Amino acid sequence: MTDISKASTVSSSFAPSERIALAAMIIFFALAPLVIYPFFLMNAICFALFACAFNLLIGYVGLLSFGHAMFLGVAGYVSAHTAKVWGVTPEIAVLLSVAASTTLGVIVGSLAIRRQGIYFAMITLALSQMVYFFCVQAPFTHGEDGIQSVPRGKLFGFIDLSNETACYIVVVLVFLAGFLLIHRTISSPFGEILKAIRENEQRAISLGYKTDRYKLMAFVLSASLAGLAGGMKAIMAQNASLTDVHWSMSGEVVLMTLVGGLGTVFGPVVGAFVIVAMQNYLSPYGSWVTVIQGAVFVACVLVFRRGIVGEISHLLGKPL
Amino acid sequence: MFGVSTQALFGQLLLGLINGSFYALLSLGLAVIFGMLNIINFAHGALYMMGAFCAYFLLNWAGVGYWGALLLAPLIVGAIGVVIERTMLQWLSGLDHLYGLLLTFGLALIIQGLFQNTFGSSGMPYAIPKELTGGQNLGFMFLPNYRAWVVAFSLVICLGTWFIIERTKLGAYLRAATENPGLVRAMGINVPRMITLTYGAGVALAALAGVLAAPINQVRPLMGADLIIIVFAVVVIGGMGSIMGSILTGFLLGLVEGLTKVFYPEASSTVIFVVMTVVLLVKPAGLFGRSA
Repeated sequence: MTDISKASTVSSSFAPSERIALAAMIIFFALAPLVIYPFFLMNAICFALFACAFNLLIGYVGLLSFGHAMFLGVAGYVSAHTAKVWGVTPEIAVLLSVAASTTLGVIVGSLAIRRQGIYFAMITLALSQMVYFFCVQAPFTHGEDGIQSVPRGKLFGFIDLSNETACYIVVVLVFLAGFLLIHRTISSPFGEILKAIRENEQRAISLGYKTDRYKLMAFVLSASLAGLAGGMKAIMAQNASLTDVHWSMSGEVVLMTLVGGLGTVFGPVVGAFVIVAMQNYLSPYGSWVTVIQGAVFVACVLVFRRGIVGEISHLLGKPL
Repeated sequence: MFGVSTQALFGQLLLGLINGSFYALLSLGLAVIFGMLNIINFAHGALYMMGAFCAYFLLNWAGVGYWGALLLAPLIVGAIGVVIERTMLQWLSGLDHLYGLLLTFGLALIIQGLFQNTFGSSGMPYAIPKELTGGQNLGFMFLPNYRAWVVAFSLVICLGTWFIIERTKLGAYLRAATENPGLVRAMGINVPRMITLTYGAGVALAALAGVLAAPINQVRPLMGADLIIIVFAVVVIGGMGSIMGSILTGFLLGLVEGLTKVFYPEASSTVIFVVMTVVLLVKPAGLFGRSA
């Protein structure tokens, strides 16, 4: 008993190596706008939160959701619609979008966790395609056009987000809140149970855990945080479009996580920056980007399964 | 009936049956590959597209017509499949199945991207072979010969594959190797080669579907991309436990989709996913699946 309680108290805070990485990340966020276009940074940070939310499932529960774009996309539509048409303030818009993605997460999760492994991936993919068709047909999403020129508005009625610096700071703070919540979750006793399910679900069941309930909770949490990323992204980028609901976006978030390092704390953040940068700087080459992304995918799976952060962490022999 | 003309009803049912034969051929190939390699072949849609392109190239570059393509395209794409298995998939055995899905997803991106770069996104026409032009007037509907041929031919291929796997000695080896590869290997059977050839055969089925589709749909780089997700839903509904399951589910869902187009067209693109949801609620292992 004492061993277990000691283990969980030790792991519930950041390891020293993780603390250094966290400090480095915060310093990077503070200094980066001086040299990098803030819009690009905010976009990458939103995707980083999305990838972290996705990694919570694949990295710690071993569930590959191939439909996570639906949470990002639907949340984006909700926050764009409520901010533009209903005229609510940004924090209400983002909260509503999180509520929407959470609800969707409960529905999709309770269906998908009935099957495991590859089936789970296929079911989430198929359900996300259903959501995609809904978004194509529903009138409020404006189909191919998407929702454009969404007002950024005033946060809590007085912080003007149309100011680039204010918006950047808010995006970073929301990201950090989500990031810390995920870290807190995976290092809590709940997170230990999730890891036990990942390692050996049958054993976790025989130990008396209702694994389906834990998996569903993790799925819903991941969906909510993906929704937070989507809702914030729509406000920040001032639009919501079909790109974010399409299944290729689900593939991209898998790629981000894989490139950065599956099951590492900082991997998805690094992966998101790499992939967003790749899309940004390679965009003149048109659909060659798809080919390059595919090649990165293949290379990651064949020879580079630990990802960037996973590889560094392995070299240092310390968790990151 | 319900204000729908019989002409339209049977027309959509035929269309459903044709889509169903593509679903059946593709999910059958997926099931064959899954059985031996434990990999969901995400590149299946891309290889289906390659089958159609292969027919197009054979016609325009080598002067080989439809009937030649029906034989050659599956062989060529199947050979590419063998190379893919030997050079990449082979290294994933023993790892989590998810890596196979991710690798083939990457392959699908590469293949589709390359074709898009070379041919753009628009479609290229492929003529119906002259032996199969025209059609029969059945009185209640007009049946184009080519469509009748597609349904009949894919039924023959599906049942033939079922026969080989369930009723021949080769199929017995295959099924035994799925259950216990080590034991089958100890009996002197080259299991790795069998795995490679099985992947090639599954891929060839996808390419065959591609050749069949070429005269109906246009030959497009993205023709497989959206189809593959529907086929995944078909696989989830069917359960992939049995070969017959994929065939029946494929045709059945094609019909369901066709009927929806008649009675409630708005839902026709989502009806398969709705059916999937209902089936999952009632029978999580799928209609023909063994419980996971």
